[in-house]
Amino acid sequence: MSRRKLSRRQFVAATALTSAAMITAPYVRGAYAAGKLTMGFWDHWVPGANKASTDLVNEWAAKEKVEVSIDYITSQGKKNEITIAAEAQAKSGHDILAMPTWWPHAQSDLLEPVNDIMEPLIQQNGAVNGTVQYLGKLGDKWLGVPACVGSQIKGPCSRIDLMKKFANIDVQEMYPAGSAPKADNWTTDTFLKAAEACHKGGVPFGIGLGETSDSVDTVGAFFLAFGAEVVDAKGNVTVKNDNVRQVLEYYKKLMAFLPPDAPAWDDASNNKWLVSGKGALIMNPPSAWAVAKRDAPQVAEQCWTHGFPVGPKGRFAPFLPYFWSVWNFSKNKEAAKSLLTHLSQPASIEKMVVASGGYDLPAFEKLTTLKVWAEEGPPKGTLFHYPNPYNHQKLSISASPAPPKVAQQIYTQATLTKMCVRFYQGEAMEKTLAWAEGELEGFMRS
Amino acid sequence: MVDFALQPNSVPETRAKRKRASLRTALKRKSTAAFLMTLPLILLISIMVIYPAFYSLHLATLNKSMQRFVGFGNFEFLFKRETFWLVVKQSCIFAITAVVFKALIGFIVAHFVHNIPVKGQRKWRGMLLVPWVIPPAMSTLAWLWLFDPSYSAFNYTLSFFGIGPIPWTGDASWARFSVILVNIWYGAPFFMIMYLASLKSVPEQLYEAAAIDGANWWQRIWYVTLPMMRNIIAITTLFSLIVTFANFDIVRILTSGGPLDHTHIFATWAFRVGIEGGDIPLGASVSLFMFPILAIAAVFILRDINKRGNEA
Repeated sequence: MSRRKLSRRQFVAATALTSAAMITAPYVRGAYAAGKLTMGFWDHWVPGANKASTDLVNEWAAKEKVEVSIDYITSQGKKNEITIAAEAQAKSGHDILAMPTWWPHAQSDLLEPVNDIMEPLIQQNGAVNGTVQYLGKLGDKWLGVPACVGSQIKGPCSRIDLMKKFANIDVQEMYPAGSAPKADNWTTDTFLKAAEACHKGGVPFGIGLGETSDSVDTVGAFFLAFGAEVVDAKGNVTVKNDNVRQVLEYYKKLMAFLPPDAPAWDDASNNKWLVSGKGALIMNPPSAWAVAKRDAPQVAEQCWTHGFPVGPKGRFAPFLPYFWSVWNFSKNKEAAKSLLTHLSQPASIEKMVVASGGYDLPAFEKLTTLKVWAEEGPPKGTLFHYPNPYNHQKLSISASPAPPKVAQQIYTQATLTKMCVRFYQGEAMEKTLAWAEGELEGFMRS
Repeated sequence: MVDFALQPNSVPETRAKRKRASLRTALKRKSTAAFLMTLPLILLISIMVIYPAFYSLHLATLNKSMQRFVGFGNFEFLFKRETFWLVVKQSCIFAITAVVFKALIGFIVAHFVHNIPVKGQRKWRGMLLVPWVIPPAMSTLAWLWLFDPSYSAFNYTLSFFGIGPIPWTGDASWARFSVILVNIWYGAPFFMIMYLASLKSVPEQLYEAAAIDGANWWQRIWYVTLPMMRNIIAITTLFSLIVTFANFDIVRILTSGGPLDHTHIFATWAFRVGIEGGDIPLGASVSLFMFPILAIAAVFILRDINKRGNEA
């Protein structure tokens, strides 16, 4: 058996040649030269809407040579929230994860700041509303990029015919398609009178009083319209104030005109209420209308999505943004940020909004007047005022302006709704307030 | 002079032989084989049950942001919360009422099935087991539609008799009734099948002897059937108590704990506080609170079994 001996000279020469070849050879980019990126997006309920996101991601991946993998995670059964909690505990998971409303703050310590992409995006697409700042920013740190997918306003969706017939209100005239609202008379008092009239007419407003988000969002907007803060922005419990007493009195009157089983409603109940033709108004994004378009077209063509009534302290509408956040344990942060920039371009946003039939709302100021909302129907223009194109109402979230980690507790425990139900069911005002004070003090844990 | 040949390697060899022999004996022992065969399950339980249990103990000692050790701070906090005591009360009402009715219905139905001629018994057993076989998340959805606030099939039927509408999930008392009812519906077949098996093992001679002594129907049940079924009743009660206390799906799907938290039980409230509210340590503390309650119940029930065992 012969054994070839490598001399020192041969070794040096071979090493030098190999190094030279490595340095001088042209950089060959493989199919996935820029690594891998995984993302967990919200599973859209609109058929085909996920495809728009997939196409946009693939388009970016092909250009940037990144291997991508997308999981669409449903919010049914809070699967998305469980995933967030699990990945936060494991410190492992997707690079990008879609986080609803309160979750960027809840996981703020584990999120990569995205100021470097948010600032140029704001310059390009316009400012974001106050609620997006409140939920997406901690001090100067942006915790995520507002995702248009899943973001929604839960404003009134009224039946044109029933509101005209029983409440003598022409919602199309109040919120005309293509022009600014003429809704100065659309006040909380008018709303109450309309609720009473429709109740008498046998088509009550379908507003839930349960513990799920639709009920909580609606009551929250009314609390804000009356200036009723239960915890202030500094985290002080301020529930025992006259504005809270006033809104509780108001809601007590309103509840008398709502369906008697409203305390048991969940987020599907109001949709069913509208689609079945039982009620004249619900508070919802256009999902109920979209279902009606499929299942009860005669109802859908009478639906009109519009703004909230104005209260003593202003006009507020619930806005629930989703965010795309990058974990600080992500292995490909730069690629993640590059993708988020791509998804936040006006053309990408328009593509996703169109795919959702106008349901998804961009958070950026310059992107609230896309053609899709003017064109969707029947009736044509039914969604024109859905994205709040004239900044007619202040976009807000229930339990704000309490610090987000406290507000999240108020929101998930449905404290505001419970206060209304307790007071309505005959509990003394001061007892309800004392109960709420005890609950709120418990939410101050850090 | 030595009277035997010295063999320097013999001692280690003997030791090795002895070791091999003892290993063989150990492997031949029934207990070793049993241990080895259950080892996969032991490992699985260690990973899926014991580790999470200790991890949740650890979590329960942390503050909300999970950065600081607070000892029993979370429990102290919970003890001051009105809602927590409401949940404790409801969990006890839910579990005890449901288990009592499941046992009672299971006992009665088991007797009915036992008295059906053998030929047709299998069919009945199969049909009666259906609620227990369907995944509860699925069957509870059907119940949700039956109880639907606005479109309840029950209310529709009752309306023909001029009754209702009943707020099945909208009123605190009715909502409690509804979640307990569904739990009984789901769990009673388990009791039925256990009691049926137990009934079949009661020797027929005992009944014959009782009949000769002139025992009536009630005396036969009280002095023959029940004493013979005691251990099974105790074990099934304990098992069901544990499962019912830890129930999640039925309440979560039917009421989500509402209205006004009046149907929350430990698991659903722990989920609300821990996952939805982002306070995992507090959620862990809530769910751990089940442990002492169940431990006390287990001690009482199992102690009773031992007593009878010794008497025998």
